[in-house]
Amino acid sequence: MQRRTFTALGLAVAAFAASPPALAQSTPFKIGLILPMTGQQATTGRQIEAAARLYMAQNGDTVNGRKIELILKDDTSLPDTTRRLAQELVVNDKVDVLAGFGITPSALATAPIATQSKTPEVVMAAATSSITEASPYIVRTSFTLPQVSVALADWAPKNGIKKVVSLVSDYGPGIDAEKFFKDRLTFNGGQVTESLRVPLRNPDFAPFLQKVRDLKPDALFVFVPSGAGAAVMKQFLERGMDKAGIKLIATGDVTDDDQLNDMGDGALGVVTSHHYSAAHPSAANKKFVEAFSKANKGLRPNFMAVGGYDGMRVIYEALKKTGGKGGGDALLAAMKGQIFESPRGPVFIDAQTRDIVQNVYLRKVEKKDGQLYNVEFDVIKDVKDPGKTK
Amino acid sequence: MLTILFDGIAYGMLLFILAVGLAVTMGLMNFINLAHGAFAMVGGYITVLLMQRLDVPFLLCLPLAFAGAALLGAVLERTLYRPLYGKPHLDQVLFSIGLVFMAVAAFDYFVGSTQQIVQLPAWLKGRTEIGSGAWTLGMGHYRLFIIAICAALTVGLQFILARTRFGSRLRASVDDQRVAAGMGINVNVVFLSTFAFGSGLAGLGGALGAEVLGLDPSFPLKFMIYFLIVVAVGGTSSITGPLLAALLLGIADVAGKYYIPKMGAFIVYSLMIVILIWRPQGLFVRRGGRA
Repeated sequence: MQRRTFTALGLAVAAFAASPPALAQSTPFKIGLILPMTGQQATTGRQIEAAARLYMAQNGDTVNGRKIELILKDDTSLPDTTRRLAQELVVNDKVDVLAGFGITPSALATAPIATQSKTPEVVMAAATSSITEASPYIVRTSFTLPQVSVALADWAPKNGIKKVVSLVSDYGPGIDAEKFFKDRLTFNGGQVTESLRVPLRNPDFAPFLQKVRDLKPDALFVFVPSGAGAAVMKQFLERGMDKAGIKLIATGDVTDDDQLNDMGDGALGVVTSHHYSAAHPSAANKKFVEAFSKANKGLRPNFMAVGGYDGMRVIYEALKKTGGKGGGDALLAAMKGQIFESPRGPVFIDAQTRDIVQNVYLRKVEKKDGQLYNVEFDVIKDVKDPGKTK
Repeated sequence: MLTILFDGIAYGMLLFILAVGLAVTMGLMNFINLAHGAFAMVGGYITVLLMQRLDVPFLLCLPLAFAGAALLGAVLERTLYRPLYGKPHLDQVLFSIGLVFMAVAAFDYFVGSTQQIVQLPAWLKGRTEIGSGAWTLGMGHYRLFIIAICAALTVGLQFILARTRFGSRLRASVDDQRVAAGMGINVNVVFLSTFAFGSGLAGLGGALGAEVLGLDPSFPLKFMIYFLIVVAVGGTSSITGPLLAALLLGIADVAGKYYIPKMGAFIVYSLMIVILIWRPQGLFVRRGGRA
């Protein structure tokens, strides 16, 4: 009981301390970037940090005479750590914006702090639909799983895929993907014959894949986080499921640009839907990919990087609009409704949901210049997060 | 049906190779070595890095993974583990779990945290199918390969422990160090080689398992539970105990996930609890044997 009062008191103090009078223009504008830099999701953190630094290198570190300061914190993907770091950033460092958030629980754990301290929270990676509803101060620049799953469910029945088994990791984004894929596929006259959920830390996919094989659907729809994606795909091929006439369709996490080359030629021909591919054929993207790999020893940007890059742009533009003054509510208002050309194509921050509206591409893995890429062959324009229309 | 059984056996065998080294160090040397998974990870990374950076063929990587992990085991035994033999088990647990965290951080720092992907040679990639209908037996070649290696290992280990001079020296050293030393057995050397061998086995298991289980710096933490279950259920006084326990768990896990996917992950744990209530010393422990 005592402890609870103490926490409440702490939060009250945090909220109080975080709403100081308008800061003088001379103080730096601080962005608290909380990312998993070590542990399971460390690649997410590295990609986003690299992208954020690239944006700052390209666009200068001052906006309207105000210096931008990036404070990077590692939350190792533990939501309670994220929360503590966010609180410290708000109270001690007096950051103007919180950003980053590699996984859904981290983004959600920070939501109450964003609300109470009126600090905008720019979500650059986490992709569960409901995140933006957790606080009116959350803005998202990554994507949502319903967004990309629904696009795939629109494409599949038109291409002879009617009976599908879905296989997702058993956590927020996975359940989102499963639900929205199924609903839309059923709506389009298809059928999800079985929905399999695998534990997030699953050692062996053999039993699940064997089950799919015995069910003989037209296709297997997969969402698993990118590391596990490669394992699923390899075992899918080794089980000879492609030869048994089962297609593999997935969200783009499975053929993550970060890992695609290591997967080998077995990945060729896998169809995925996602909002970004390093092979997106636009001038803006070519420039982005080139600059990114130049600054990071040949590393290829993935969809996490583009979320971080665009997140920085949203923050920069919002600060510009307030004339360098900042301030939680003013920044938030300036973030809403931004329209711009991202390396992934045209995007729009929906003013009502504060979520990103973007094109979703259908891609097939192909070989270009001796490397594997997700090559886009179809596009569904301006996809709003379907999770918000209900 | 048969395919599931086959996959379960292969998975169990893999667990066995990973855990048997732990059974050796924990059971025979009476040392609670939670860092076992870290040695497995070392083996896995040796394989992956040799294959990616130096194009060493997969089969050659396996003995190298064994040797590398064994060497590391020997060095650590001499420097860090030996002083802890006489200490209480809690000290050993704290020490070895600390080693695990250091290993996790080290690999994260030097190699990066991405999942490492092993490219198997073509002849291990295929799959053979026998029969048709519900009784189809589909065998992935790689899984067959794991089963073969594991079978050879079991026979070899059993032979070493039960029949060779080294085996009897080891058993003597474990039972009473002072008397064994008095009989002219160099206890230190026996323990050193046993520990190195156990670590080498872990390394081999990691190398073989990288393909099926995936490999990233959190590997030792992710699979520690599985090693411990195998050793706890199988008992540590023999090689056959952990083998049968690993097979049982492998088959139960795979079949459970196939037939009741919703329950999937819990079946192993439920099974372990039931077995341990029934036989707290492990499934295959002789009455009166040391735990």
